[in-house]
Amino acid sequence: MNPVISISNLSKVYANGHNALHNISLDVHAGEILALLGPNGAGKTTLISIICGIVNPSEGSVMVNGHDITHEYRVTRSMIGLVPQELTLGMFETVWETVCFSRGLFGKQPDPVYLQQVLKDLSLWEKKNSMIRTLSGGMKRRVLIAKALSHQPSVLFLDEPTAGVDVELRKEMWHLVTRLKESGVTIILTTHYIEEAEAIANRVAVISKGELLVVDDKQALKHKLGKRQMLIEMEQPLDSVPQSLSRWSLELSPEGIQLIYTYDSYSEHTGIAELLRAVDNAGLLIKDVNTSQSSLEDIFINLVNTE
Amino acid sequence: MINTHAVRIIYKHEMLRAWQSVMQSFVSPIISTVLYFVVFGSAIGGRIETVEDVSYGAFIVPGLMMLALLTQSVANASFGIYFPRFTGTIYEVLSAPISFIEILLGYVGAAATKSFLIGVIILLTAGFFVELNISHPLWMFGFLVLTCISFSLLGFIIGLWADDFEKLQLIPMLVITPLVFLGGSFYTIDMLPPAWQTVSLFNPVVYLVSGFRWSFYEVADVQVETSLFMVLLFTAICLLIIWAIFKTGYRLKQ
Repeated sequence: MNPVISISNLSKVYANGHNALHNISLDVHAGEILALLGPNGAGKTTLISIICGIVNPSEGSVMVNGHDITHEYRVTRSMIGLVPQELTLGMFETVWETVCFSRGLFGKQPDPVYLQQVLKDLSLWEKKNSMIRTLSGGMKRRVLIAKALSHQPSVLFLDEPTAGVDVELRKEMWHLVTRLKESGVTIILTTHYIEEAEAIANRVAVISKGELLVVDDKQALKHKLGKRQMLIEMEQPLDSVPQSLSRWSLELSPEGIQLIYTYDSYSEHTGIAELLRAVDNAGLLIKDVNTSQSSLEDIFINLVNTE
Repeated sequence: MINTHAVRIIYKHEMLRAWQSVMQSFVSPIISTVLYFVVFGSAIGGRIETVEDVSYGAFIVPGLMMLALLTQSVANASFGIYFPRFTGTIYEVLSAPISFIEILLGYVGAAATKSFLIGVIILLTAGFFVELNISHPLWMFGFLVLTCISFSLLGFIIGLWADDFEKLQLIPMLVITPLVFLGGSFYTIDMLPPAWQTVSLFNPVVYLVSGFRWSFYEVADVQVETSLFMVLLFTAICLLIIWAIFKTGYRLKQ
């Protein structure tokens, strides 16, 4: 399957010498939701700004549906919608005027029926004649999405769509993104909320300090980089891990009350049964046993910290 | 192929902005011109009755129009492009499938149209105060349009260059206004001492005012062809600078 977006060896060095992106190569597949995950200043916004034509790349190339973003920018940009991170809106115009402006800017004939549907889907129809400056922050964010959708893009970039919004609106945004995906739109969203990527993305790309650390299917990433832990809680605290249990590379919790066993849950032999028997043979009394799977957040923190 | 929808929508958007602030866009420059008329036409006109057989009140009309055209063209065009840069809404224009020429047509076209309308309104207003005689209407129209376009291009450059509101005002205040006042708007160059006449020839506004006044009264400080050449040269220089700005992405794309 040909990728919708194909990024090859993309680098960006700003005039002040800041190396924002370093040799990024990444494919985005049709109809997926890809989450670009990374801490502040990782290069996420620079990456999408280059694809959308706002920032010039220093090196490398980007193809959108087989078209080069520099030489065939009219074709590539007409396929892309962008929702920026900041609430950048003309405050002295109405919701209807601003979505009509966006559609016209992308060279599309006026289509009031389609725009009406977009505004209704975003619960903005009632506000169509309201001046933007009178809208709440959440409403303004939705207006930005309506503007980005006004020219019926097949690829949508959402740059931190839920930054600074309340929990309710965040969930609403997730539903919206899922609905858009179901309608066939490919979505790339940047976020530093791991739970967001975990909730709606199909694949996750982790960027840190301008480098792409990993990109994979969300579940596969958890499988590959995630770990499972078993916490064995003792009746009595221990001073150290008994010598007879050394082959399991156990950790002891700071209070000495838990033995922590990290293992690969996908391997054929986890060693759990032998460990529990060995604990019993060592004369230790088990109070409770718990297991946990590391989250994307654990993986993310681990990746970024290792970097 | 040109994205006509985009050009039209930028143009319409900018024109709508002018109508939304009609007092500031149209009424204010007209009031200023009427005040100039009262001060220069009546007060000074009482002492200088005619200049080269043209009544002083009528003589200053082309200069007054130029003063308004130049300042308004620069102000409209610079604000038109600076404001979306300031608010951040420029992202949408930059990410749209439009060329720099189309961006230019939309923004500069709207700014030039506004200035043109102001020029026409001032001309009509002047008709209430003095008897106007336009000897060469086509030349007058040509100078009017070229001035609106060339100084809107200059305003566009200023709007791209400025990174704060102070810089946005700096060039119009410190360069444009003095050049217009010293450009023969209210007098002919030969009224000045010989040394200042030579200095004046380095002022591009002299050529504009002279050519424009010639189209009214056939009174000129320099040959009308020279005036036309200078306006076209100025337009070409502005276009060249804008082309370089777009080519490098200066202040627009990092």
